Amino acid sequence: MSQPESALADARAGGRKDGTPSAGKESLAQLAERYGLRRAIARPSLPVYLRQLWERRHFVLTYATSRNISKYSNSAMGQLWQVLTPLLNAAIYWLMFGLILGAAKDMENYTAFLITGMFVFTYTQRAVSGGAKSISGNLSLIRALHFPRAALPLAYTVQELQQLLISMGVLAVLVLVTGEPLTWSWLLVPVALLLQTMFNIGASLVLARVGAFARDMNQLLPFIMRTWLYSSGVFFAIGDKIRDADIPQIIADILYINPAAAYIEVMRELLLKSHTTAPPWIWGVCVFWAVFALLVGFWYFWRAEERYGRG
Amino acid sequence: MAELTEELSHVKAEEPDVPSNKDVKVYPRDEKPAGGPEHSGTPTVIVDDLHIIYRVYGAASDAERGNAANALLRLVRRQGRPQMREVHAIKGVSFVAHHGDAIGVIGRNGSGKSTLLRAIAGLLPPHSGAVYTDGQPSLLGVNAALMRDLTGERNIVLGCYAMGMKPSQVKEKYSEIVGFSGIGEFVQFPMSTYSSGMGARLRFAIASAKSHDVLLIDEALATGDREFKRKSQERIKLMRQEAGTVFLVAHNLDVIEETCNRVIWLHKGKIKMDGPPKEVLTAYNRV
Repeated sequence: MSQPESALADARAGGRKDGTPSAGKESLAQLAERYGLRRAIARPSLPVYLRQLWERRHFVLTYATSRNISKYSNSAMGQLWQVLTPLLNAAIYWLMFGLILGAAKDMENYTAFLITGMFVFTYTQRAVSGGAKSISGNLSLIRALHFPRAALPLAYTVQELQQLLISMGVLAVLVLVTGEPLTWSWLLVPVALLLQTMFNIGASLVLARVGAFARDMNQLLPFIMRTWLYSSGVFFAIGDKIRDADIPQIIADILYINPAAAYIEVMRELLLKSHTTAPPWIWGVCVFWAVFALLVGFWYFWRAEERYGRG
Repeated sequence: MAELTEELSHVKAEEPDVPSNKDVKVYPRDEKPAGGPEHSGTPTVIVDDLHIIYRVYGAASDAERGNAANALLRLVRRQGRPQMREVHAIKGVSFVAHHGDAIGVIGRNGSGKSTLLRAIAGLLPPHSGAVYTDGQPSLLGVNAALMRDLTGERNIVLGCYAMGMKPSQVKEKYSEIVGFSGIGEFVQFPMSTYSSGMGARLRFAIASAKSHDVLLIDEALATGDREFKRKSQERIKLMRQEAGTVFLVAHNLDVIEETCNRVIWLHKGKIKMDGPPKEVLTAYNRV
């Protein structure tokens, strides 16, 4: 945020301000032009950029997998933690909210309701927080190698997606164990995840640029994430709560426009037979956020491409 | 010596007639048009009055760390951090490098050598001035992409992809990398278990597996045993033949003298001297 725009303007304008060459000699810029040399720092057009990014897809995938592997490589049980971590998380939520706080009384199968919400929200939360650090935490990589910088936030989202796929396996088992039937609507789960992934990529691209220039973002982010968690209806059904509290229905509608709430609600509708409080237009919200975030995210991130790495 | 430095920092590579100073010869390769772009003396890298300014964040004081409210306040007021400082690493450097050149860059620690190389590679945006290049210069170095916790095998694949290789190329180069690094069965162990020499060998083997137009080498030869040093110097010579232009940063002046045909001496972000290796190195050793 403190990045001076003038630096960019300088970089674009070319460096010929002072030291005008004496008569008869050409400037270095003219010499470069005569031999067809190009500026080392130049932002490619958006289509070219996306193609370059596509060419780096193997790097994105390998980088994400490597990060996931290296995360648990020091523990004795190794990759087993990829399954154990979500399982333990689920156990704690169930203990806290289901048993001790007793939120389960007025809802059918609260355990499945809670765990579904938590897993879906965690995916977005971790992808976005990771994205925010993906540029500022990898400056040495950015200063050493050439690649479209969007590969980094993308890799962080892919890393969380890989983790999520394991969590979803755990979730499916847990939901079935708590007594939900296996229905045809489960087939739509990948579609919901795809939409959520599109949103996550877009959001982490935006946050990556913000985090790259406003370092203080990393201090602020936990605040934002917690607020987001509480307002997304992870622990309660937004529709029911609003109705019970005699608040106008419009408030509930506004809360459902929140992308995290929408993705959570959609997943619950698909997995839990007993859960039907979301408005019918919730899929529309999911699609809108997915497309909107992806388009804006790439555009916004690409606009600063040549400035990442300056610090 | 001081006024000499001052004068030299303004000298551009395209102005061959420098006032009668026998210490200094500015590179007189720019004998104009003739053969078009394929001519062996064509410029491949032009650095034009380049300035690079870094932002450095100092350590936060204890009172400030981790307090989200303070962070929020600063964002709202759009204030910079008090500890933030700007470092003017490169102060107006200009030169022209030509096809077939191997240019050594010398200077004390912190004189801006690595920064200059990164700017030529297009990895650091210039504050003002410009770098013009023919093709994509690449820095020889993948260290930042590798992960200590992972096996050598995985790191080879990761490093190759990070340099922009395709899966078929990675397969093709894999055994060559393992062979060149000479780490043998250790390739299946995590890199954190390697000795520093083994790690350096593997990193160099990965980094040098790709061919480049303009090659920038930053202190790659400093490590490894004698046998590996010899091997890596041969590899660099080979890469020089493939690449149009090579830049080499090293503290080991013997390496520079053996490999380069031109030396640039950086001092505090400015060019102190630019000329044939013998003369520049003699002057450098006198200081």
